[in-house]
Amino acid sequence: MKAFTVHKGLAAPMDRANVDTDLIIPKQFLKSIKRTGFGPNLFDELRYLDEGAPGQDCSTRPVNEEFPLNFPRYKGASVLLARENFGCGSSREHAPWALEDYGFRSVIAPSFADIFFNNCFKNGMLPIVLDEKIVDQLFEEMYANEGYELTIDLENQKVVKPNGDEIPFEVDSFRKHCLLNGLDDIGLTLQDADAIRAYEEKRRASAPWLFDAVK
Amino acid sequence: MSGKTLYDKLWDAHVVKSREDGTALIYIDRHLIHEVTSPQAFEGLRLAGRKPWRVDSVVATPDHNVPSDASERAGGIDGIVDEVSRIQVKTLDENCEEFGIVEFGINDPGQGIVHVVGPETGATLPGMTVVCGDSHTSTHGALGALAHGIGTSEVEHVLATQCLIQKKMKNMLVRVDGVLGEGVTAKDVVLAIIGKIGTAGGNGCAIEFAGEVIEKMSMEGRMTVCNMAIEAGARAGMVAVDDITIDYVKGKPFAPKGAEWEKAEAAWRDLHSDADAKFDVVVELKGEEIQPQVSWGTSPEMVLPVDGAVPNPAEEQDPTKKSGIERALQYMGLRAGQKITEIPVDRVFVGSCTNARIEDLRAAAEVAKGRTKADSVKQVLIVPGSQSVKAQAESEGLHKVFVEAGFEWREPSCSMCLAMNSDKLGAGEHCASTSNRNFEGRQGFGGRTHLVSPAMAVAAAVTGHFTDVRKLGKA
Ligand code: SF4
Repeated sequence: MKAFTVHKGLAAPMDRANVDTDLIIPKQFLKSIKRTGFGPNLFDELRYLDEGAPGQDCSTRPVNEEFPLNFPRYKGASVLLARENFGCGSSREHAPWALEDYGFRSVIAPSFADIFFNNCFKNGMLPIVLDEKIVDQLFEEMYANEGYELTIDLENQKVVKPNGDEIPFEVDSFRKHCLLNGLDDIGLTLQDADAIRAYEEKRRASAPWLFDAVK
Repeated sequence: MSGKTLYDKLWDAHVVKSREDGTALIYIDRHLIHEVTSPQAFEGLRLAGRKPWRVDSVVATPDHNVPSDASERAGGIDGIVDEVSRIQVKTLDENCEEFGIVEFGINDPGQGIVHVVGPETGATLPGMTVVCGDSHTSTHGALGALAHGIGTSEVEHVLATQCLIQKKMKNMLVRVDGVLGEGVTAKDVVLAIIGKIGTAGGNGCAIEFAGEVIEKMSMEGRMTVCNMAIEAGARAGMVAVDDITIDYVKGKPFAPKGAEWEKAEAAWRDLHSDADAKFDVVVELKGEEIQPQVSWGTSPEMVLPVDGAVPNPAEEQDPTKKSGIERALQYMGLRAGQKITEIPVDRVFVGSCTNARIEDLRAAAEVAKGRTKADSVKQVLIVPGSQSVKAQAESEGLHKVFVEAGFEWREPSCSMCLAMNSDKLGAGEHCASTSNRNFEGRQGFGGRTHLVSPAMAVAAAVTGHFTDVRKLGKA
């Protein structure tokens, strides 16, 4: 996994509440058996005017000029500003894969859906929860200033605005540790293999039916 | 010290190790797998040279990409026309073969939507932790299990370690007391709950559903309710174990037998919240007040009783909500103030892990009997949730009722719930659907989904618009 330490990047808007994972990456692209290549189809139904198909060359498709991510001023954005309950709906990890593949490293919103939030951390992407009023303000400043860049400093847990103002944010210490160091958490869990085996042994004795195989 | 909630009990029984930062390693008893969210996890295992920790905890079945059309289905995997779908289903087969995982393959008598298959086979049991790379894993909580959806990285993590790294969620209680009126179903109950608390209402929580209405509800009804806990933002929904649970599980193919059953049943009887347990959030609804529900917008919280009218954005103060309503009206092609019963229906879908069990099909057939599809309705798909549901329905002659009504009787699959196979809405078409999500494009590009119960779906199919099933009269 890619490590996340300090990231500075252009902010772009996804200005609506309850953005669901079907909207982030529509189902037809879930047929892929790979983890990469979803970027061109991020927000597919909003970005293009036609219906996208997997494996298609997106460069020749009709583009929705009214969708902000298609505005020249947001080209190369890597920090997504979003509204409440971002990432609700299905558990598809293709959603963070698509955001990451497009170039986003962080999403800032007043709240996130649980599974999406969790999936982000597994993919080197940092979801940040900020107070709704602060998010409102970031939206306003971003709309008012072309080239609005935010610096995200994970170690010190702060978002730094272009004028130098700092906004602190919370993050779980374990997730922070994994993200800062780009750690694969399977390896970490396997360090506890003895504890897992001990649990299994105890459980097998008290509730053997949980270990009966399905055939 | 106050007592424990059901969730507390399930959690405590599965903690392998607590960590200082408040997270814990949680042991997973049952891991269900389907073709869409697993290929990258198996690939990850291979790349890291890892093996599954406990192969016998894993059960797989393909559901999202398999065709519902009998002739396409007859050809098995090789018969799947869409090449990308075919590769995905084949990959599941190959991965299960390689790692020695039990799979109910495309035309196996055990195949079906993963959340229908788990409970009906006894692969899901009370007291288990159940995960699947699919958010509707919350369904299995109906059996008194701790069940939730996970992402693909976590699928890989569970395969490799049999554990998940979790932070304990908050306890939320949703009580539905009183009695339900005639014609009001589990689906209406859960839609009413979501309408009340919103799609983010349960974020960060595990919801326990309780109260007289839930206590009287059948297992299948409870599954419908728990299925949509995720639509209220909660990863897990659950119901306490009672006689209804025990009777349901007894005799299922993978349920314990003999002396082991006695022991298991005794343990399961404790799976309920203690009388003095404390919940962080409590929500209460009255059964009498719940009417048949119809969603009008593009989020499951945009739902109304069937006698309601589409909201007017001008009356909404909150700017984000206001623009949400405006956008939904535009996408759905509806007018502010339009009566729900005036919305015409182009297609009808009875199926999905929410409402494709035998009781759902019986409820649909009861309304369909002696009636026929309205001419204005292009298609009515009836898609059983599993091979065994299909066989049961056919043995009861339900399929004949559907066919006589001009509906299509299909093969078990997710079908038009998310339109990964070829069952799709056309742009602009309105669908009365028994599935769980009405997001933009969910059932097809530009498609317009209205979430309803099976009985309400059929009432729309035979009248051509949303209709209060209670007012349908005699066929
Ligand atoms: S039926 Fe629909 S919601 Fe259920 S698992 Fe299939 S696609 Fe997901």
